[in-house]
Amino acid sequence: MAVELRPELFEPEALDASAMEAIERPPVTFWSDVWRRFRKNRLAMFGLVLLALMLLMAAVGPLLTPYDASANNWAIGNKGPSHEHWFGTDQLGRDIFTRAWIGTRISLFIGITAALLDVTIGTLYGVISGFSGGVVDDVMMRFIDIMYGVPYLLLVILLLVVVGAGLWTIILAMGISGWIGAARLIRGQVLQLKEQEFVLAARTLGANSWRIMLRHLVPNVLGFLLVNMTLTIPGAIFGEAFLSFIGLGIQPPLASLGTMISEGYQVYRLYPYQWFIPGMILAIILFAFNVVGDGLRDALDPKLRQ
Amino acid sequence: MAQPLLSVRDLHVSFATYGGEVQAVRGVSFDVAPGETLAIVGESGSGKSVTMQAVTRLLPMPPAIVRRGQVIFDGRDLLKLPEPEMQKVRGGDIGLIFQDPMTSLNPTMTIGRQIAENILKHNRVSRREAFDRAVEMLRLVGIPNPRERALQYPHQFSGGMRQRAMIAIALASRPRLLIADEPTTALDVTIQAQILELMKKLQEELGMAIIMITHNLGVVAKLADRIVVMYGGKVVESGSARDVFYRPQHPYTAALLRSVPRLDADTSTDLASIPGTPPDLFNPPPGCPFAPRCQWTMKICSRAEPEFFVAEPGHLSACWLHHPMAEAQAQRRAAAEGGVTHGRR
Amino acid sequence: MFRYIARRFMLSVLALWAIATLTFILMHSIPGDPFTDPKLPEHIHQLLLHKYGLDKPLYEQYLIYLNNLLHGDLGDSLRFREQSVNKMIAQGFPVSALLGVEALAWSVSLGLLLGLVAALNRNRVLDMVTMAIAIIAISVPNFVIAGALQWLLGVKLEVLPIARWGGIEYQILPAVSLGFGVVGGMARFMRTSVLDVITQDYIRTAKSKGLSAFETVWRHVIRNSLLPIVTILGPLIAGITTGTFVVEQIFGIPGLGKYFVNSIYNRDYPLIMGTTLFYAVILIFMNFVVDVLYGVIDPRIRVVGGKEG
Repeated sequence: MAVELRPELFEPEALDASAMEAIERPPVTFWSDVWRRFRKNRLAMFGLVLLALMLLMAAVGPLLTPYDASANNWAIGNKGPSHEHWFGTDQLGRDIFTRAWIGTRISLFIGITAALLDVTIGTLYGVISGFSGGVVDDVMMRFIDIMYGVPYLLLVILLLVVVGAGLWTIILAMGISGWIGAARLIRGQVLQLKEQEFVLAARTLGANSWRIMLRHLVPNVLGFLLVNMTLTIPGAIFGEAFLSFIGLGIQPPLASLGTMISEGYQVYRLYPYQWFIPGMILAIILFAFNVVGDGLRDALDPKLRQ
Repeated sequence: MAQPLLSVRDLHVSFATYGGEVQAVRGVSFDVAPGETLAIVGESGSGKSVTMQAVTRLLPMPPAIVRRGQVIFDGRDLLKLPEPEMQKVRGGDIGLIFQDPMTSLNPTMTIGRQIAENILKHNRVSRREAFDRAVEMLRLVGIPNPRERALQYPHQFSGGMRQRAMIAIALASRPRLLIADEPTTALDVTIQAQILELMKKLQEELGMAIIMITHNLGVVAKLADRIVVMYGGKVVESGSARDVFYRPQHPYTAALLRSVPRLDADTSTDLASIPGTPPDLFNPPPGCPFAPRCQWTMKICSRAEPEFFVAEPGHLSACWLHHPMAEAQAQRRAAAEGGVTHGRR
Repeated sequence: MFRYIARRFMLSVLALWAIATLTFILMHSIPGDPFTDPKLPEHIHQLLLHKYGLDKPLYEQYLIYLNNLLHGDLGDSLRFREQSVNKMIAQGFPVSALLGVEALAWSVSLGLLLGLVAALNRNRVLDMVTMAIAIIAISVPNFVIAGALQWLLGVKLEVLPIARWGGIEYQILPAVSLGFGVVGGMARFMRTSVLDVITQDYIRTAKSKGLSAFETVWRHVIRNSLLPIVTILGPLIAGITTGTFVVEQIFGIPGLGKYFVNSIYNRDYPLIMGTTLFYAVILIFMNFVVDVLYGVIDPRIRVVGGKEG
């Protein structure tokens, strides 16, 4: 023992009442804790870097070449990747590098806007349904069940014919299918939260339903919504690519990754690079969003906390 | 004491977390003799559960790390055993019961199979025999119609019956040591008494030693031969149940006993609580972990760790008040508390 | 038991009716009809509409359709001459179902295995690698995978036929393409489920009996982790066995998938209704099977049969 025992050490010492109750560790805020856990997830961080890279290329990629994304030049059609055309040219002689990043812009725009739409509608629907309970909930849920059974393409084509093809139609089309899943998930969350003591406490204190919904339930599902958003974006981007692939998507000369894959696929045997390159970019974007979404979910899950 | 069955020596267990290492157990030592009941008492976070999970090597590693120490069971250091050998000990020589019987049983497996699983693992018997012995175990722990009950699932059992089933699993291979981690905390008070009676009865019949981890002093009074009191990851006092109950030496033990409601107490006196919070084990202070909350604290207490003083044969207390130099303070305490003895009948 | 099935059946019929009605309304609200064609003279157009009863008021068409439906008659396709929708489904479904079952067989088992491996090695390198594989599988769209496989194995290496339907060699590429995304989805789901189970108290109980890590996983983790998985299998099986447009299109497979899309393009009313209702029936049926199965593997939920002890 390093301390030399001297009688004065055995003098009584006053208790320091304030020190006794002091919380000794600095408090960790919720989001900084989430970020700390997210950062430890190497796969998610890798996804975040990929995502940043893709966003950067979507922003500056088309500026790196002297070409116009939609200018046809038959003379140089179907040229493989080369010094002048890094990703080659398509049937119409358009520079694929330029087009690919323009397409990425459009795909990302559609994905993010559609996901916002999905999650907004889904959240409103889910919160109202879950919070109301009873008959309202029953009716709203049966409606969802039936929506599941109605062919999605029927709705999309109806939309295309009625509203006319275009960027916003595609986004709307994504919206009419996507919100259903989000609504179900949110409702489940609300039902769980509703039973918890803090809601009862708020009620006891006289808060009305809307106040409870806004002040207590929404913040509690916020993290959940963020994860849902991140995982809905790749779904919407994929959905657009699918619609474009079957000819219902963005109309030429506008390009999305989906239309580029679709056009390239028509000559896939001779010029595989024409669908492979946009296909890879699409896959990388979807991968990045998925990985980041998974990482966020793990970081937000209190059960997985260490 | 006779040759101990289990002897824990200077055990240190830490958890690696992002903020650093949490030193949950800091140099714990105690012995358990064959057939005796040892109670480990302490509040949440005192390290009592971690100690027992380290002994049976059920701690997830990482994040847990056993920094130092020995766990001698039957002449072998469990911390050094290869995993397959350890599996023979777990469930075979040492049975375990946990706090919450509602979640401690597999919901998709019949009770009988969950008991037979233990028997099959540790005995050379056929499935048929194992099942028959599982039924026998259910009868032993007092479950009526054991043969039908063995074919049922946990959700068909009440809480008390599930804990009986847990005991049947733990005792299925006739272990020499039963470790019960807060076995009655999650149960109704009336059921608690039944489960404790059952454990006492089974101990008499099967002769195993019991380590009871608890924060409930009522449980201790009912069952324990000896008591180990833990605080802040350390043992602060140990001795026979009678000695610790009637003559608590450590100020923490004394405060703990004062915080228990007593039927014979004068109703006008308030129930004592212990002010303050348990120590931060991220950064444990030097000296006695209880010093910041102790009303008899001295300058030495927060500077140097007290060693164990023998209060009476077999009764140890880690407190500077027992040091000869602390006589003045010890007398003040004796005057205030009516002597360290606690006139309890 | 009987009452339960009867109730489920009633609800299912009600749901089918609702879906049929909504689909009927939606498809008739799309402008145009199956015979809209600028080259077609107007009087022939009218004649065709009359021949197929499309000139009758909508409610009448609706009642006629429902009446036929009750007799199990889905009507004749308007585009594929003289083909009954019943027959088209009868021919296409076995092809799509075979392909779907093959795709699910490999992808579900591989996905569950990957998810289990990832969860048991949580936060270690193996977890990262398996989850990276799983997410790549989700992220590469099936038409990109299909194209890549066709090009690599069909065009370059010439080991497998590029397209068309036939023996097992024709089924490999489409079954692989179709199952690709399922692997990832399953792996992800299984990982979450296993992580949930291994933190349960009963897993600690299993270990406290002296079971090895393998025995614990085999007897206690897997079964309980599969419970939530079963619930998503219903829609998954229904979706894949009724055919997928893209994969069938790319590989030229005579399955059901193409009708779902083509019928809508062509305003082939009976075929739209037929494929929609067929899918709904399969979906409802699969969900019923899944619920019964769930009751079998989870003793807490016995939807069918006796009282509790």
